[in-house]
Amino acid sequence: MQFKDYYATLGVERKADADEIKRAYRKLARKYHPDVSKERDAEARFKDVTEAYEVLKDPEKRAAYDQVGQRWQGGAPPPDWDAGFEFSGRDGGAPPGADYSDFFEALFGRRAGVPPTGHARGGMRGDDHHAKLLIDLEDAYRGAQRTISLRVPVAGPQGSVQWRERQLDVNIPKGIRAGQHLRLAGQGSPGHGTGQAGDLFLEVEFRPHRHFRVDGRDVIVELPVAPWEAALGASVMVPTPDRRVELRVPPNSAAGRRLRLRGLGLPGEPASDLYVVLAIVLPPSDGTAEQQAWRTLAKAFDFNPRASMED
Amino acid sequence: MTDSATGPGAMWVEQAGSLTLVELSRTCGAQVEWLVELVQEGGLEPEGDAPPNWRFAGASLRRARVAWHLKRDLQLNAAGAALALELLDEIHALRLQLRAGEPR
Repeated sequence: MQFKDYYATLGVERKADADEIKRAYRKLARKYHPDVSKERDAEARFKDVTEAYEVLKDPEKRAAYDQVGQRWQGGAPPPDWDAGFEFSGRDGGAPPGADYSDFFEALFGRRAGVPPTGHARGGMRGDDHHAKLLIDLEDAYRGAQRTISLRVPVAGPQGSVQWRERQLDVNIPKGIRAGQHLRLAGQGSPGHGTGQAGDLFLEVEFRPHRHFRVDGRDVIVELPVAPWEAALGASVMVPTPDRRVELRVPPNSAAGRRLRLRGLGLPGEPASDLYVVLAIVLPPSDGTAEQQAWRTLAKAFDFNPRASMED
Repeated sequence: MTDSATGPGAMWVEQAGSLTLVELSRTCGAQVEWLVELVQEGGLEPEGDAPPNWRFAGASLRRARVAWHLKRDLQLNAAGAALALELLDEIHALRLQLRAGEPR
């Protein structure tokens, strides 16, 4: 079990007062909010910050945490460290749906988002569920049918939480993009009494791809070319998520040059574009003949690549 | 424990035409009252003259979800969320311009 230094996470001192803690949290939460931030690991950082604030903003939890922290010796928890803390009211463990660390849950307990039971009044509609759907870029190009597994929290005996796995077949429509949603009617929580079941909403996200990046609607691929292909121009084959196409590299192309393949991005009305970014790659040059070829090249040019850095 | 369901018709929300206020609220998890405030602040622009007649384009869903997350996580009010949405749009447009201006 890893001890979490919540004060360090928020960048505040141990004696910081409630206002300082709130200020530090708000600042970091804005910086790392996943809907706003372009920082790497924004989502993970946001979770850490939220978890730290969840503890330090609450005087009871903060006191319990401080007590554990004082007795924590170099990575090892004190023997009875997680012996039941009890908290008042509804601010007990993790809020429903939150995804907190093992450390947090060991200390404060877990309350997963289990729908409350036993309040059926005639017929109430079941809750809607939300989940992320990770798909391959190729699926969005062609459309696909996929079977997905979802873990659903259910209430077990004595209010404990158990996970139930369920599988769903989902049709992924051609042209769907990250951030868009599929709605599966009736696949949310069952209705109470005579009420209808809720729906399941899946938010699409692309699995990272070995070759392609997606930015909004555009698809981007980095294409390695030989120095002479970049210098002289060449006709090369480029993979798209769907097929291979021929691309003409114009002569005198610098590294990083972007070439647009109109309409070869994600399908749609209109289809988006595929951008090819050139990367100039040097061939291995260990042999004498190869080295001689570079020397000949050096002699053929009167070229100082650092001319612009000289006064 | 495992159970399975087969082949429920998955509907592509953004392509399925417009959403009513109640549908939008269910879909993005935000309270109806708060969405009304967001519309009043100009954060969402539905067709129709009054809340019961409002129709939201599919693209509103993402905006509504982002705004709702900002309210939930950063305690923004509707005016603040509407401002954040506008600034995010602007950043997105600037990024596109920046990219168009890169060496070709």
